[in-house]
Amino acid sequence: MLEIRNLHAAVDGNPILKGINLTIKKGEIHAIMGPNGSGKSTLAKVLAGHPAYEVTEGEVLYERKNLLEMSTDERAREGVFMAFQYPIEVPGVSNAQFLRLAYNEKRKHLGEEELDPLEFKDLLKERAKIVEMDASFMTRSVNEGFSGGEKKRNEILQMAVLEPKLAILDETDSGLDIDALRIVAGGVNHLHNSENAVVLVTHYQRLLNYIVPHYVHVLANGRIAREGGKELALELEEKGYDWITSAAAA
Amino acid sequence: MSVAGELIVMSTEIVKQENSYIEALRVRHSEIVADGPSWVARLRESAMERFAELGFPSVKEEEWKYTNIAPISKLDFAKTQFVSSKVTVAEVARLGCPEAANSQLVFVNGVLREDLSSTSEIPAGVVAMNLSQALLEEEHRELIREHLARTVDYNTNGFIALNTAMISGGAFVHIPRNVELEQPLSLLFIAEADSDEVAAFPRVLLIAEEHSRATIIESYAGTGEGTSFTDAVVEIDLKAGAHLEHYKVQRESGAAFHVVTTGANLGPNSSYDSTTINFGARLSRHDIGIKMDHEGAECWVDGLYVVSSGQHTDTHSVIDHRQPHCTSHQLYKGILDGKSRAVFNGKIFVRHGAQKTDAMQTNKNLLLSNEARVDTKPQLEILADDVKCAHGAAVGQIDEDELFYLETRGIHTELARNLLTYGFAEEVIGKIKLESIREQLDAAVLNRLNARLEA
Repeated sequence: MLEIRNLHAAVDGNPILKGINLTIKKGEIHAIMGPNGSGKSTLAKVLAGHPAYEVTEGEVLYERKNLLEMSTDERAREGVFMAFQYPIEVPGVSNAQFLRLAYNEKRKHLGEEELDPLEFKDLLKERAKIVEMDASFMTRSVNEGFSGGEKKRNEILQMAVLEPKLAILDETDSGLDIDALRIVAGGVNHLHNSENAVVLVTHYQRLLNYIVPHYVHVLANGRIAREGGKELALELEEKGYDWITSAAAA
Repeated sequence: MSVAGELIVMSTEIVKQENSYIEALRVRHSEIVADGPSWVARLRESAMERFAELGFPSVKEEEWKYTNIAPISKLDFAKTQFVSSKVTVAEVARLGCPEAANSQLVFVNGVLREDLSSTSEIPAGVVAMNLSQALLEEEHRELIREHLARTVDYNTNGFIALNTAMISGGAFVHIPRNVELEQPLSLLFIAEADSDEVAAFPRVLLIAEEHSRATIIESYAGTGEGTSFTDAVVEIDLKAGAHLEHYKVQRESGAAFHVVTTGANLGPNSSYDSTTINFGARLSRHDIGIKMDHEGAECWVDGLYVVSSGQHTDTHSVIDHRQPHCTSHQLYKGILDGKSRAVFNGKIFVRHGAQKTDAMQTNKNLLLSNEARVDTKPQLEILADDVKCAHGAAVGQIDEDELFYLETRGIHTELARNLLTYGFAEEVIGKIKLESIREQLDAAVLNRLNARLEA
């Protein structure tokens, strides 16, 4: 599904990613871990198409297409989704308006009929259950006045509505209390199936107790320094990142 | 020598030009000056004299610094008295307010058209009629005399003086004590400018008696490709406990000049909720003045202007807190695209002794192009010491983070920009209770896309 080859990226001319290689197949869950500044959030943003990140070398193939040539919105319509670490507030635009617009943009792209407000309302009601979100959130402005946990649940609701093939969750566990973490993780597990893939970008092992990855990749200084199965995350929890970063620097 | 000589020639020309519009308007004035009661004739005459002294304002005057009205003074007023019309019932249906289909007065080029108006749903006792007719009727004459030209002073500027000198067509609205109007009342002013230039001077006097409630929609629209000039004055008097919801909707043609002065006097414990929507005209100027000279009054003075290339819009607002325990809320938002320009000047006065005043003023502008320009100046002048006042202004662009967020959800860039623009305007659109006005705005703000946002 996704093949990242020798990916280099920079922000304001400062190189952050220095040669990432990663292959993700459908049905898989990958965790990207690493200390602060290792480049894991940059990788998520580059995949989503953030304009501030410049790819300086390498390529990314998504479903055999050149992902880097696609605009941000095109990537999304093709099934790439990024849950934001800090979801953005959009004043004056209701959650329901926004979700229906996004949903219908995708339907149009796939040559399917758009849903009218009533049909969409039913769909939204059903998907909102996955993240235990109340109907009152649908008429409120997108993320405006939401608590940290509500914002993260809203991200997963968007994922539930848009049904991406590749979902990249950027630090989705940060700032969540244990109940919210359980709901968010439950939502992701519910949505994951043999036809899609999930990439969890996270600093801590905690999230991986709830969403169990098939592979763990540890980033240090813009490269993948170590790879393994879920037990690697436990090892990191115990030993910290220092032993990997110092090995990577050496 | 030659330089001095040129200067003399130039200044002579300016004088000649000014004289020419004043003379042409004097001719038009002379045709109506004697109509109706003698006190109105005298009022028109003194206003005409004042207009001859003042002329149209110039950019040298502080209040007109950013708005050059020179193109108006160049209109050929000798030809502007054009009585229509080709305006049809179908056009009125398109331009008018469906919620007030049977409580609507329609004016074409300032003249009431009874054939296009419908007043069947205006309850008995409520008066909504041609001002010039009301001036002839015994039962209204005294009330009009007590109120006309009292709220808006014709000495203020040339536009008000000229409108007062031309008082004839327009509306007299009287809502009796304790009456609640269920249907909104609509005053629709259509400028019909087929080829010639047209000029209209509508005058509105609205008196809402004690504890009455009403909604009024004052809208301006245009037909035809010619140039039109509207110079209107609206005077509103709310008695104790009266409540008025007032929408002013301006969507004149791109060749229109629109100058309107609104003045409202708020009685004790009255409330005035005004929403001004401005998205037409080549040049529009709205002066709105709220006088709170009685305790316990409250007002909302909100607005939204949406302009694009070739349009200039200017709002001057004065909210005058003269007595204690009055509250005012003001939110004006502006959306500017292309090479357009907007001016917002909002003054709030809190006079000596106006304790416990609560005044809040905000003006926010969204620039969608690098060529758009806005001059915003909120001003507070506080002479009382126990008050709560705040004001602020902002000028910004589409937020790049918000745009990226919408794009990551698959929304095309243009649609995302429009959605964010809509979101910006929503704070004002959201308070509008009349669906037809909201729909017009949805269309104006979101026009280039067919995002159906009724979700």
